[in-house]
Amino acid sequence: MRAGWTRGGTAALAVAVTLAVTGCGSNSTSGTGGGDPQSSASSAGVTGSLTVFAAASLTESFTQIGKDFEAANPGSKVTFSFGGSSTLATQINQGAKVDVFASAAPANMKTVTDAGNGDGTPTTFVKNQLVIAVPKGNPKGINGLSDLVKPGVKVALCAATVPCGAAANTALTAANVKLTPVTLEQDVKSALSKVKLGEVDAALVYRTDAKADPSDVDGVEFPESAKAVNEYPIVVLKNAKNKTAAQAFVAYVLSDRGKAVLTQAGFQAP
Amino acid sequence: MSTVDDRGAGARRPAPAAAPRPRRGTSRVPVGLLVPAAVGLAALVLPLLGLVVRAPWSTLPSRLAAPGVLTALRLSLETATLATLLSVVLGVPLAWLLARVEFPGRRVVRALVTVPLVLPPVVGGVALLLVFGRKGLLGAWLDSAFGITLPFTTPGVVVAEAFVAMPFLIIAVEGALRGADTRFEEAAATLGAGRWTTFRRVTIPLVAPGIAAGAVLCWARALGEFGATITFAGNYPGITQTMPLAVYQTLEGGDLDGAIVLSLLLLVVSVTILASLRDRWITSP
Repeated sequence: MRAGWTRGGTAALAVAVTLAVTGCGSNSTSGTGGGDPQSSASSAGVTGSLTVFAAASLTESFTQIGKDFEAANPGSKVTFSFGGSSTLATQINQGAKVDVFASAAPANMKTVTDAGNGDGTPTTFVKNQLVIAVPKGNPKGINGLSDLVKPGVKVALCAATVPCGAAANTALTAANVKLTPVTLEQDVKSALSKVKLGEVDAALVYRTDAKADPSDVDGVEFPESAKAVNEYPIVVLKNAKNKTAAQAFVAYVLSDRGKAVLTQAGFQAP
Repeated sequence: MSTVDDRGAGARRPAPAAAPRPRRGTSRVPVGLLVPAAVGLAALVLPLLGLVVRAPWSTLPSRLAAPGVLTALRLSLETATLATLLSVVLGVPLAWLLARVEFPGRRVVRALVTVPLVLPPVVGGVALLLVFGRKGLLGAWLDSAFGITLPFTTPGVVVAEAFVAMPFLIIAVEGALRGADTRFEEAAATLGAGRWTTFRRVTIPLVAPGIAAGAVLCWARALGEFGATITFAGNYPGITQTMPLAVYQTLEGGDLDGAIVLSLLLLVVSVTILASLRDRWITSP
């Protein structure tokens, strides 16, 4: 009977939808094939797969560094999961199988090392600071933080738990600007995408993020960002499946070739 | 209401009570069915049990009294209710159209109605942005003509929730309409009632249980909505941050206990409301 089919179909679809909903929040990473305990090579190249959790603001530069690393180490495979540093830190502390963590702020790194999940001391590898991302051509004429509270200006910020949000609050406090954003985003890239979509007139993002999208957004520099400079620490994790490759990757990020990619993207030396 | 249904069904089929029924006991359940059924039940219940076991019971009262919690809960209940009302107002006529009117392309329309069911809600959110966003197809016009923008507003949350939840209502109501006996509507028409009067005075009372069931399903789906809401309406406490968004942000911020408390609260509130509505409106066999 038709009505019966429809009702059965609804139940099946409801299950499917629920599965889709639960699946969408997790950053899946492939943790298979890792573990290469007898890798004696240090400079001769490492092999095996490697999972790196990195702050969203590192998306472009780490993707490039990952490709370079794979080219320099045939047989190696780097899988990235980019997201808000607090999200990544939570996932690591909840037992995600990860080899390397690169955070956009020491606070989120501390969450991981305090939980005993770091292997050794994190190394600061770059610094980054905020700019005001505005749509290309700056239609609202925004030239500083005080312009963000003008009537009719919609602003997206990162949530305070994410490094870009913490830095934004520091900078706004330093400028004595009381800003009510229209939304608090979970990582810097989703704040930037609200600018690119035209839904907001400005967002506080990193200089590197504005630079990564030169065709869609302009980055407006403002003096108070110097008071909210983020240091990016990187660490090999205690539960790394492929520790040799993890150490080699961290060494590669800190090497001159890694630094060149990061500087090119607009990061500052630590 | 159910008496009408019973009479309709009874008139069609012979009463089953006449024949002796085979006994359905628990004695002969095949292991091949029992084991997966038990595993399935555990898969559904264990995670909820985990919430209860891990809940920080000692700090629960103070956490529940935290300023943001009630705000998020109230916003969730309000937006889910408004989304359900919107779905009833728009969805019942659509379901009636699909069930009662032959028109070209009806199959296509029915398929389109179910698309949001299989669409990941995040995709729904992106799609809503492209249409109702400030630069969207309709949104740009809404903004310039009326100064209305939906993203980052509470009405935006309602729209996102209705988009995701309305198909549940439409399918339930259409199923009820197809299952209902059309002779009552025909009788009303014979007695001189127009289609509008028949719809109001006969059809609606006839399928009221179906509408109620669909509305409850729709409300529950709207209450749990996450993906489309955070994508389309954003995330700001008191304006667009509903309970699921608050749970997500609390967990992402590293506050596991806080996330558990919020989850537990949402669970208790939704189960309580659904259970009470079920007793009142929906009588399951």
